[in-house]
Amino acid sequence: MTEAMSGFWSAWISIITLGVVGGCWWLLFANRKTDKAADANGEVQTTGHAADGIEEYDNPLPRWWFLMFVGTIIFAIFYLILYPGLGNWKGLLGWTSTGQWEEEVAYAEEYYAPIFQDFAKIEIPTLAKDPEAMKVGQRIFQNNCSVCHGSAGKGAYGFPNLTDTDWLYGGDPEAIKYSIINGRNGQMPAWESVLGEEGIKNLTQYVLSLSDQQHDTTQAAAGQPLFTAMCVACHGADAKGMHALGAPNLTDNVWLYKQPQQSLAESIEYTLRYGRNGHMPAQQQYIGEDKVHILAAYVYSLSQK
Amino acid sequence: MSTAFEHPTYNYKVVRQFAIMTVVWGIVGMFVGVWIAAQLVWPELNFGLPWTSFGRLRPLHTNAVIFAFGGSALFATSYYVVQRTCQTRLFSDSLANFTFWGWQAVIVLAAITLPLGLTSSKEYAELEWPIDILIAVVWVSYAVVFLGTIKQRKTSHIYVANWFYAAFILTVAVLHIVNSAAVPVSLTKSYSAYAGAIDAMAQWWYGHNAVGFFLTAGFLGMMYYFVPKQAERPVYSYRLSIVHFWALITTYMWAGSHHLHYTALPDWTQSVGMIMSLILLAPSWGGMINGMMTLSGAWHKLRHDPILRFLVVSLSFYGMSTFEGPMMSIKTVNALSHYTDWTIGHVHAGALGWVAMISIGSIYHLIPRVFNKGQMFSTNLINVHFWLATVGTVLYIASMWVNGILQGLMWRAVNIDGTLMYSFVEALEASHPGFFVRWLGGCFWVVGMLIMAYNVTMTVKSPAAQNAVAQTA
Repeated sequence: MTEAMSGFWSAWISIITLGVVGGCWWLLFANRKTDKAADANGEVQTTGHAADGIEEYDNPLPRWWFLMFVGTIIFAIFYLILYPGLGNWKGLLGWTSTGQWEEEVAYAEEYYAPIFQDFAKIEIPTLAKDPEAMKVGQRIFQNNCSVCHGSAGKGAYGFPNLTDTDWLYGGDPEAIKYSIINGRNGQMPAWESVLGEEGIKNLTQYVLSLSDQQHDTTQAAAGQPLFTAMCVACHGADAKGMHALGAPNLTDNVWLYKQPQQSLAESIEYTLRYGRNGHMPAQQQYIGEDKVHILAAYVYSLSQK
Repeated sequence: MSTAFEHPTYNYKVVRQFAIMTVVWGIVGMFVGVWIAAQLVWPELNFGLPWTSFGRLRPLHTNAVIFAFGGSALFATSYYVVQRTCQTRLFSDSLANFTFWGWQAVIVLAAITLPLGLTSSKEYAELEWPIDILIAVVWVSYAVVFLGTIKQRKTSHIYVANWFYAAFILTVAVLHIVNSAAVPVSLTKSYSAYAGAIDAMAQWWYGHNAVGFFLTAGFLGMMYYFVPKQAERPVYSYRLSIVHFWALITTYMWAGSHHLHYTALPDWTQSVGMIMSLILLAPSWGGMINGMMTLSGAWHKLRHDPILRFLVVSLSFYGMSTFEGPMMSIKTVNALSHYTDWTIGHVHAGALGWVAMISIGSIYHLIPRVFNKGQMFSTNLINVHFWLATVGTVLYIASMWVNGILQGLMWRAVNIDGTLMYSFVEALEASHPGFFVRWLGGCFWVVGMLIMAYNVTMTVKSPAAQNAVAQTA
């Protein structure tokens, strides 16, 4: 809602607006001429002056055009009486664009909410097997989630794939629902100043070895103590990650931050050097809890095939 | 460029320069337009390079067609018309020469900086502050030359075409200087002097009046000289000229906020923009009527004169797009049309159908006269150009109408559970055939402009007319 302006500015706007509308009216009527002084050939008089040989007739304003002009002015005046336009004048209809939006939202709440309340009563694993419910869930996903996670839910650089069994924060129904409602913030700290150039190279080779990727065994061996000292707190001693912190499993060869033109080693080095920040926005106030329930069932169903 | 012929009274050199550059920049600007239209059909054509990406070439296209092509046409015709209707030479040859080279410098700087990604991010005012200052200097010089010439006129009356040109020049100076006000942080970066909704309002006050004054009032000036001249008929109604001129320049000033319906702009501002846009319908049509009715008694000339066809068809497109504009400014219609291709179609109905066609007709009229030739090299080629331009415009507008309404309806369609029926990508996919037809329409236009370039070159190279000086005196 816009705040009311001072009486001076309200009057200023009203006077200038009405002045322009009234000025158009005056211009139109002051220049009205209905008598058409046509000569014997049906031609009207010219104004008498010529510019580079161009003369000008003094025809009257076309009647239909004149009436159309008057019509738009009358419409404008009625509109300004009915709707907000003249400064602080709210209009007889009391219409506001915010009000129109709120009405539409209230209508949608009333009309559609019961559908989702019914779905919310059903357990997520059961819902995930109901094809009709999953169509609804898919639509909510397409409208709200596909921009980042892709229309098939397969993710993209920085956005997790939702169709595999690798979960940052857990893949059980309640964990998924929690992630959607409250959002998530993943934090991988930057280690450049701690590890040094040598340390980053060695640790990278060790991380590669965890998922049996091609690696340099000597460097990996040198990296192992670093891993034990600095990484296990989050990624775990077995490097399989920790759902509570959103620390990824490093043994399954799933990589969230690998650019297509990057080698895996380059990507890991970058992560170690500068850290990463993952952000899943909280959806509670946008989608609402009942709809998130069916959405969570849809996301759950993606990895259950 | 031929300098063999100099008119005894008038400065035709600067007119020739701007007329030729109108054709050159027309080809360049429209080619970039066709390129980015092709990118929407075949995205690989952005070549994966930042300099050739859609986001950087799009402002290059709009700046090139509006300010380089349209601007050169306005300079050329206004300098020609003001001299002939005031029967006096331009106020200052050297200042006029400065406006030519200054304006070309602005265009070249735009062509360099925009692909580099240097932008103020204000639509149609993207150029950074050093270029903005150059524009302001050139524009004030233009005003001095034009108004100075009117001041020293040898005629008692100021012809109606000059009212429109003068209004366009003065208003564009005010719009440009106010909207471009910015705080520079480096040579290539600045921040707007305004913030938030006020910045948006200043931008669209500028943006809509760029349409209203640059692309309408200026070209109405063109219309008021070249239509009666080519038709050899008196202007239909002097009275109508007066009423629609004053109503047009007064109400256009208010219409900008219709670009910001259903945004953070206060409701009252949106309402005022809407009613003024509706009132604007009649003043806009006043120009169309005055041009069209000027042909009464001369309609048969259309059969043989493709230049007159360009001028008359441009008026039809002007009438059509100035009807469409007020309709789109109505909040309920805007709720459907806003952010869709309908807007793009509407703009091109005006830009191709009106602005480009009236310019091309006027340039075809003017070229043989300022180069002292009897007539254009080939009337048939003008006719071919006319049909290419007309078909191209129709393809462009029709495809964008279909796409716009399709997008608007798809975006708001909901399922029985209240969820949106289509994702954004689905609406984009459905727009693909329309994008192709639009690209095809653009190709028609570029081919037409190349034919014009050939025709103009051959005309300039042709032998001088024996009696042309007498004709144009």
